[in-house]
Amino acid sequence: MSRPNNGRVFSAVLIKDLRIEFRSRVLMNQVLPFAGLVMIMFAFALDNDDVLQRVAGGLVWLATLFSSLIIIQRSFAVEAADQALDSLRVAGIDLAGVYFGKAIALTIKLIVLDFVLLVTAMLLYRVDLTGSGLVLLVTCVLGSTTGLGFVGTLYGGLTAGAKGRETLLPLLLLPVVAPVLIAATRATEAAFASGGAQTSEGWAWVGLLAVFAAVFGVGGSLAFGPLIDE
Amino acid sequence: MSQLVTSTSATGTRATRVLGLLAILVMLWVVIGGLVFTPQDVVQGESVRIMYVHVPSAWIAYLAFILTAVASASWLIGKKHSMGFDRFAGASAEVGVMFMAITLVTGSLWGRLTWGEFWQWDPRLTTTAFLFVTYLGYLAVRRLEGSAEQRARRSAIIALLAVLEIPLVHFSVVIWRSLHQGATVLNPSGDVKLDDLMLFTLFSGVVGFTLVFFWLVLHRQRTMLLLDVVNRRGLDTAIANRRAEGSTN
Repeated sequence: MSRPNNGRVFSAVLIKDLRIEFRSRVLMNQVLPFAGLVMIMFAFALDNDDVLQRVAGGLVWLATLFSSLIIIQRSFAVEAADQALDSLRVAGIDLAGVYFGKAIALTIKLIVLDFVLLVTAMLLYRVDLTGSGLVLLVTCVLGSTTGLGFVGTLYGGLTAGAKGRETLLPLLLLPVVAPVLIAATRATEAAFASGGAQTSEGWAWVGLLAVFAAVFGVGGSLAFGPLIDE
Repeated sequence: MSQLVTSTSATGTRATRVLGLLAILVMLWVVIGGLVFTPQDVVQGESVRIMYVHVPSAWIAYLAFILTAVASASWLIGKKHSMGFDRFAGASAEVGVMFMAITLVTGSLWGRLTWGEFWQWDPRLTTTAFLFVTYLGYLAVRRLEGSAEQRARRSAIIALLAVLEIPLVHFSVVIWRSLHQGATVLNPSGDVKLDDLMLFTLFSGVVGFTLVFFWLVLHRQRTMLLLDVVNRRGLDTAIANRRAEGSTN
């Protein structure tokens, strides 16, 4: 039997992960309600319409990061169960294809999550969005979710099956994604024109998000195989 | 390896004893020079004496993490995958985390005395705090279960990923601050005018802390070696016991 190329491995893993989500609906039934709840809790804690409008961008991305931890745990819980990851490891396929497949599946789930969070912010926190702001926002979401997808898959793979992974993943992941939080928040604030920010100010931050995604896309594809190897 | 373990019950050698003695002598001077002989600062008064601990510990913390990265890369690149590199990387990170904690604590105390605040969102401080948390994560990865080989590979990769991460964090914090409140110049040693004795004591502090660092790392990596040997022996003994059981039955 010939060895499948990276593209086929990538699409097989991507479709498998999305199919699992489609059938189990963990994102839909558990993560999205959790994220919405976090947004409501923020409003309870801050208790001021002006403040909420001002910090809406930051709250969206904080909620994204916390929810992403759950999605990443879930993404690798299905691999750790029944030693699925071991099967992939011994299948003789290039693990970079597996890495990109899982990372892009994670990115797609994060895009859905962010769409819901941004709509929630617009409704609950009363932020407005202009046409040019929308273009900036969509680019920002694509850049940051891709970066989070790459980093999340890398560290999720490392902690998969490890004892205490629930606590280890946030400790490893959150410091690494700090640049995403900073850049995505500033870009979103520019898109929402929070605190008088101009839309044009946001594009430099999208550049940083692109650099982050590129660095961890390359670094992750090299490191993922050795990291999950036994 | 087992000969090395049986020949001595301690982790010290003549070289480490000389190193330790030198460290004690230099640190004695730093304590006496820093607290008694050096003058107080015109602006900062007595609080300037924190510098003799803060600056050397920051230097050691960064040195430790550079050495961890270099040792990790050496383990990955080297054909033999010598476990010595792995143990050195781990020992250096452990000691580095300790010095990073000292840096953060002394820095915030000094900040309270000179700026009136324990913390400022200055890029250098923020990056240092992130480095601290990142290496706590590195040490947690080292404690994951698995063989010594697995531990070495995982932790070497995590150490090299930290090298990717830290410049990105630093850069993003720099532009975050510069856009929002103007770059705050909080260079504790920069606004202190040092006379010769102060400079000499500071330099002695750097030398003394470096000696302490290497003394600690050498001992720590030897205890790590002993731990690995104990683990391996434990496995060998268990196998031998099972075999013995099999032959008697």
